[in-house]
Amino acid sequence: MTLNDIWFAAIAVLFVGYFVLEGFDFGVGVLLAYLPKDERERQVMVGTIGPVWDGNEVWLITAGGALFAAFPEWYASLFSGFYLPLLVILLALIVRGVAFEYRGKHRSKRWRRNWDRCLFWGSLVPAFLWGVVFGNIVRGVALDERHEFVGAVWGLLNPFALLGGLTTLALFVTHGAVFLALKTRGRIRRKAKDTADRAGVIAAVLVIGFLTWTQVMEGSWASILLAAGAIAAWGAGMAANFFGREGWAFLGSAAAIGAATVSLFAALYPDVLPSTVSSENSLNIENAASTPKTLQIMTWVAVVFLPLVLLYQSWTYWVFRRRIGVRNIPVGH
Amino acid sequence: MDLARWQFGITTLYHFLFVPLTIGLSLLVALMETAWVRTGKLVYLTATRFWGRLFLINFALGLVTGIVQEFQFGMSWSTYSRFVGDVFGAPLAIEALLAFFLESTFLGLWIFGWERLNKVVHVLCMWAVAVGSAASAYFILAANSFMQWPVGFVNTGVRAEMTDFGAVLTNKVAVATFPHVLMASWLTAGVVMMCFSAYHLERSRNVEVFRPSLRLALVTTVIAGAGLAWTGDALAKVMTQTQPMKIAAAEALYETAQPAPFSLFTIGNLSGTEPLFSVDIPGLLSFLATGDVDGRVQGIDDLQAEYRQKYGPGDYAPYVPIAYWGFRLMIGFGLLAAFVALCLLWLTRRGRLPRRRWVWRVATWSVVLPFLANSAGWVFTEMGRQPWIVFTQLKTADAVSPTIGLGHITASLTAFTLLYGALAVVEIRLMYVFGTADPPSDEPEPVKEPALAY
Repeated sequence: MTLNDIWFAAIAVLFVGYFVLEGFDFGVGVLLAYLPKDERERQVMVGTIGPVWDGNEVWLITAGGALFAAFPEWYASLFSGFYLPLLVILLALIVRGVAFEYRGKHRSKRWRRNWDRCLFWGSLVPAFLWGVVFGNIVRGVALDERHEFVGAVWGLLNPFALLGGLTTLALFVTHGAVFLALKTRGRIRRKAKDTADRAGVIAAVLVIGFLTWTQVMEGSWASILLAAGAIAAWGAGMAANFFGREGWAFLGSAAAIGAATVSLFAALYPDVLPSTVSSENSLNIENAASTPKTLQIMTWVAVVFLPLVLLYQSWTYWVFRRRIGVRNIPVGH
Repeated sequence: MDLARWQFGITTLYHFLFVPLTIGLSLLVALMETAWVRTGKLVYLTATRFWGRLFLINFALGLVTGIVQEFQFGMSWSTYSRFVGDVFGAPLAIEALLAFFLESTFLGLWIFGWERLNKVVHVLCMWAVAVGSAASAYFILAANSFMQWPVGFVNTGVRAEMTDFGAVLTNKVAVATFPHVLMASWLTAGVVMMCFSAYHLERSRNVEVFRPSLRLALVTTVIAGAGLAWTGDALAKVMTQTQPMKIAAAEALYETAQPAPFSLFTIGNLSGTEPLFSVDIPGLLSFLATGDVDGRVQGIDDLQAEYRQKYGPGDYAPYVPIAYWGFRLMIGFGLLAAFVALCLLWLTRRGRLPRRRWVWRVATWSVVLPFLANSAGWVFTEMGRQPWIVFTQLKTADAVSPTIGLGHITASLTAFTLLYGALAVVEIRLMYVFGTADPPSDEPEPVKEPALAY
């Protein structure tokens, strides 16, 4: 294990954290348009993720920062190459983040309906586009000898990447439904469980398709094992959901999303961004990385602080462990 | 490239409208809540909840516009990112890991934790937010200081490689800039608190809540104002050593002078080469820059010649009018805000409340001053570095993403401008509505969460 391997793994861990955590936020945001029957139920749904979505999004900021610090070439090629998809993701995350804070600031129906629309689209669009982005990372993009992206934007919307987008969208929506079933009481809880039952099957089909295609294209033993693990975990989680074991179901869906993410990274390894123009232009964990000195410093920082972050974030989930239902929402709000 | 610069400039300035207020207000809210926990007086709880609400409205925009900044280095400035990543990335990553997680996680706990946490733990959550937001400022300024005064690295010709991380973190520019920005943040929060307190006091509404609020705001503003002068002076001296061109441009000082005057303002052509009328204070610039009224301050033309010799032909001076006026407006608006607070502190001594409405009006409208000063200061320090993106190492013109087409940048610039503009309207309206509304009713046990937040 070299420092470069460790940092490749660290980036994978940060994206696992991001997708597992913000995955259910996205899911809840999308379901906001379908599940609730009135304003109080909407507030219950938003209330389940209210205390945590912000901390969850920081996983992305940290992943971005770590990418910049540990693999500047990867960061530069990826972010400039995926300019438009990332722009759309950013715009979506902006309106979504603002919507969380602002929707309750005014009592008019129109105000809230508009911000709820922002929540819906702001959750749906990134949930889909992250799949597209990761599909393209695994598949590779047109990089020239300077590692600059020279392909066409529309090329990013290839069938494989689009399947990846649909897969993450379906996974996150199901994950969100499972989370809601775990965190709420009453009608919302039942509706969420039913939704997870149905969406879980669609997600299962998509994830099997996407991960199999990945293995055919770029697979390694590690990625195949992880993909199989992800699919098994998903199956177990959905079975648990079917029998109303909400805790196990959430564990299952979280493990599946985590394993699927790691499987993509394993398929990529040791490349970090393959070039479809010539394999000589590909970025890998060696030629994309920072100096050993920087990696070493970053390792120490991560070893000390990442466990600390996990500790206090877990504490947050512990503090807000209780289910919430409409009776927690005062009438008239 | 011009459009990419506009985009970065606009999005950064916009981001920097909210960030100082977040940093400053988190401290003031934490202080208010501490007062409540220690004395048990309900007015402090009410004040905490009132200012906390304004804090949250502002925090949301600071957060989401911050992600844009982090992504933009890679999106529009890939050559820059490849060049500096080994040095510049580390403070950014550490900022996220140490500061943003702390800030965001504990803010979530604070918003929703009123009924779940005991008082002391709850107030500690806001202190964690305050510490986290201030820490984030340090790391991002350490990164920025590398662009102003690169240290702790070696340029291999391909990229900058870190040799001494301690030097990067203790860059003297960072050490001088951080307290300056921190004081500016306190001043901003103090003035915003002064503004809305004055609005209520002018109408004699909720006096029991806003009298102590005003007091805290004024004391904070005056202390921060004094601190700004002091830290600004220290920063100017560091700047004279590190970026003499910036200080020369700030003064539109073309020829080296000893002693050098400080020009209060100039009427003439824009670049200050032919002043028609100007007011100068002899020796003041020398004093600001070197600590000695007879100190020597290098002029733009001499520096230009020196840099041409060192770095080859080219223009090494920033756009002087912007540096000159940015510097002046920053100081002017900042001092004016502190002056208003100082006067109001005198007028409200020993519990007096001035009857004259214009006194309160002035205090209310002063709210624009710190934002103008912050923006002017930021424009000055960033534009004053031009044409360099990393001083003496990489030029801005060579730093953009080479393959991003004009269409992409135009699309993103338009999208950001429109969205940011719309959000600014919403934000200002919400700040006005909640800033002028009565504070949340006093409840011994505030159980109506999450109604506070969403």
